[in-house]
Amino acid sequence: MAKVVVITSGKGGVGKTTSAAAFAAGLALRGHKTVVIDFDVGLRNLDLIMGCERRVVFDFINVINGDANLNQALIKDKRNDNLFIFPTSQTRDKDALRREGVDRVLEELKTQFDYIICDSPAGIEHGAITALYFADSAIIVTNPEVSSVRDSDRIIGILASRSRRAERNEPPVELHLLLTRYDPARVSKGEMLTVEDVKEILSIPLLGVIPESESVLRASNTGTPVAFDNDSLAGRAYLDAVARFLGEQREMRFVKPERRNFLRVLFGKA
Amino acid sequence: MRLFDLFFSPHRHSAAIAKERLKIVLAHERAGRHAPDFLPKLQKELIEVVARYVEIREDMIRVNLGKSGETSLLEINIELEGTKPRNAAAQPGLAGA
Repeated sequence: MAKVVVITSGKGGVGKTTSAAAFAAGLALRGHKTVVIDFDVGLRNLDLIMGCERRVVFDFINVINGDANLNQALIKDKRNDNLFIFPTSQTRDKDALRREGVDRVLEELKTQFDYIICDSPAGIEHGAITALYFADSAIIVTNPEVSSVRDSDRIIGILASRSRRAERNEPPVELHLLLTRYDPARVSKGEMLTVEDVKEILSIPLLGVIPESESVLRASNTGTPVAFDNDSLAGRAYLDAVARFLGEQREMRFVKPERRNFLRVLFGKA
Repeated sequence: MRLFDLFFSPHRHSAAIAKERLKIVLAHERAGRHAPDFLPKLQKELIEVVARYVEIREDMIRVNLGKSGETSLLEINIELEGTKPRNAAAQPGLAGA
């Protein structure tokens, strides 16, 4: 049975699209047929992060409006056969995401895919609500910073009251906390909220901690989901999170400050 | 003393401050999240009614919707200490101020 997973946060700039791309890539690497959909109508960016911006012909809104069929709009990833990208429109506005249309498209995707990853826009308006409405699972992307934690709490409240599962009195949307841009060195100095702090405040299960990492910018520069980068700590942290999502036990890595390696310091490697 | 400041500067504990602030603001916001929309209007109308009889400020009435077990509890606190009974003829325009 296909699972709809929304990547959401309330606040912008916390790493939703990076996480959606990395998570989808991670699921594909694990052999699951996965599609990642951009719900940020008008501000298309997932295509850039996935490195397929020049291959977009039809988009989500075209399919909702019946101007194109699903297989014309889906872009197959060149690095992994299990991975597909479903870009959004750059020209329409958010209201083009009609709920019945989205429902119909998701139902069709469910017949073809194991996982449907919905990359939500920031905010709590129409686009964001539509992205979370159909979710079975939600990954709440949060930075260890006050405004991000507050907005995550708000989104958790909205998932509990305004999702389709809530409206239909079905089992609630499964919630997962993904803590991104975590800087263990600053945490150890008391300058940044700890993993435990954020877990305690939001009281939802922790799926993973992604360390602040230069490799994330490098990945977006080149249009490669960071989970495809084997040398990247952030990439490995995403793969761990994917494994936990699939029910495996994995120890939390990268939450303690890295010990300064003499040779690394000498050769200037970060 | 300088050495002490270096190790225990106020910056050292900014994460603890963040946590405290978040706990307080979220406790407040979570309580308000399930409040029905009519609460602010109810509070405003109560002030209008009470203000007909005594001089009262907006912050002297607090309306809270709480829970006691399975029962919802509407709690209205009106602070009257130091208020003067209103002369019926005087200042009719103050209601709802």
